[in-house]
Amino acid sequence: MSMFNRNALLALFAAVAISACSSTPEDTTAEPADAGTTTQAPDQDVSGGTMDDTYGAAQEPTNPALENRVVYFDFDKANIRPDAIATLQAHAQYLSQNPGARVRVEGHADERGTREYNMALGERRAKAAASFLAANGASASQLEIISYGEERPVALGHDESSWSQNRRSELNYTAEAP
Amino acid sequence: MKYLTTILCWLVLFSAPARAELIIEITEGITDATSIAIVPFAWSGPRLSEDVAAIVAADLHRSGQFAPLERSKMLSLPTQESQVFFRDWQSKTNGAEYLVIGRMSGTNDGKYRVDYQLFDVYQQRSIKKWFATGNDLRALSHHISDVLYQQLTGIRGAFSTKMVYVTMEYLNNSGKRVQRYRLYVADVDGHNERILMESSEPILSPSWAPNGRHITYVSFKSTRPAIYIMDTKNGREKKITGFSGLNGAPRFSPDGRSMAMVLSKDGNPEIYTMDLSNGKLKRITNHYAIDTEPTWSPDGQSLIFTSERGGSPQIYRQHLDSGKVERLTFDGNYNARPALTPDGRFLAMVHRSNGIFHIAVKDLVRGTFNILTETNLDESPSIAPNASMIIYATMDKNRGVLAAVSLDGRVKVKLPSRVGDVREPAWSPFM
Repeated sequence: MSMFNRNALLALFAAVAISACSSTPEDTTAEPADAGTTTQAPDQDVSGGTMDDTYGAAQEPTNPALENRVVYFDFDKANIRPDAIATLQAHAQYLSQNPGARVRVEGHADERGTREYNMALGERRAKAAASFLAANGASASQLEIISYGEERPVALGHDESSWSQNRRSELNYTAEAP
Repeated sequence: MKYLTTILCWLVLFSAPARAELIIEITEGITDATSIAIVPFAWSGPRLSEDVAAIVAADLHRSGQFAPLERSKMLSLPTQESQVFFRDWQSKTNGAEYLVIGRMSGTNDGKYRVDYQLFDVYQQRSIKKWFATGNDLRALSHHISDVLYQQLTGIRGAFSTKMVYVTMEYLNNSGKRVQRYRLYVADVDGHNERILMESSEPILSPSWAPNGRHITYVSFKSTRPAIYIMDTKNGREKKITGFSGLNGAPRFSPDGRSMAMVLSKDGNPEIYTMDLSNGKLKRITNHYAIDTEPTWSPDGQSLIFTSERGGSPQIYRQHLDSGKVERLTFDGNYNARPALTPDGRFLAMVHRSNGIFHIAVKDLVRGTFNILTETNLDESPSIAPNASMIIYATMDKNRGVLAAVSLDGRVKVKLPSRVGDVREPAWSPFM
């Protein structure tokens, strides 16, 4: 390797190292959403949800979709995405089988746009999730709706990977959680 | 027009109390700002807690329209007319177009008295002299700033006004991230900051009553959103709504007798007015789209609000007597959070352009539309009662901060905070 090339390589290496150092870490305090550790809104792949019960899964078989308490939305939208359906169906079924269960459906928005508009958008998302639950077996008395707008982000960054985690409805049980 | 970029932390240089969370930096002033020399005022008593002439200089500087002369450049320090030599102020490098001198004394009833005088350096003459008395040196200083500003610009000064705003910090509660919201009131220069309320639940949308004493806001402290009114003098609070669904965006009417607000108790977000004497509600909008963020026209005859009834958020006006609705904004596909100047002519708003949220202003008479800011995630514009500046919330280095911009976009001011996110500023009316 010629001297020129080595220097060029060193320079390249240094440049990469510098750029790596100078790229400010995106909000290290950002915690992953309650559900999903990926940075993108997780695709809930639950279609083949059989559990491996050879390792003493002693409890009655639970639907893994029931463990997920969060569904996500597209920007400025409040329609239920296909990837949210299995989760919501599982909770609807649980609610219809457990009349004492109560759930608080919280709607959230990402930080873009104005706060009061996002309050309204969050309410729409909470209602969309609650309507889905009601249409699939939950009774209205089991459901409470609240919007937090953009006030309660789960991811604290200011980019799409955070925003996609923050546009969500959460199902928070206040009685007889599964 | 070339912009002059200066970063001057006047309030840090001159007697900022260590507690103040806001610092004011002027990021863009106008190059042809009027130069003015404010000479330290004479005082023979014990050392004062505040430097009145410095506060006046900082006020005028923060307006972006004035460039106060640094003290170190003053060739003489006159405190009365006989000591004024105009040639000391006529130099190109350390001169000024205007000169202010003053003397302070104590009154018999224990107040401070300031006698001050304004000179025109070019014409070599005294313009006017005034005196002012008061207990509070900062309030006295802001009053002097108001008088000088009005004398020199013809516009009433707004240096004696206040603002409310919200801060939010994340705290660590045994490994769990919790929020701390605080509602503050402060002078518009960031001083005399006082916590009005603190909660682990959201606080948002504060705004002032026309009396400059009461405020209204939304708090989730009961675990659900509700609208409150607070007397900022004594902190007394009264809950005025707690309906199921949204309780948001409260705004006092110009006469202070009713409140516009957003409720979703009847299905989806609609705008209502409440008669504050009896709590009676009147529904104003009736549309399946989101209707929110109402603000009153200065005459109280119509409401300006955000609605997505046309498919994207835009600003509309609804006349209260006829119910007639007109759309006011047509530029771009996101215009929200309207704020009107006191004369009703200029409409400030949050505008999205290429995915970036800016503060924009529309001249409702000429129909012109201007984007004023280069910052991103701008929100909550609130206009000074003299329409000189718009204060708003934005993001700076991943933190929520307050900033201000003049209606013509020529002056830009940043108010960075030392703690947490600062947001939701609301400028008071004249006090």
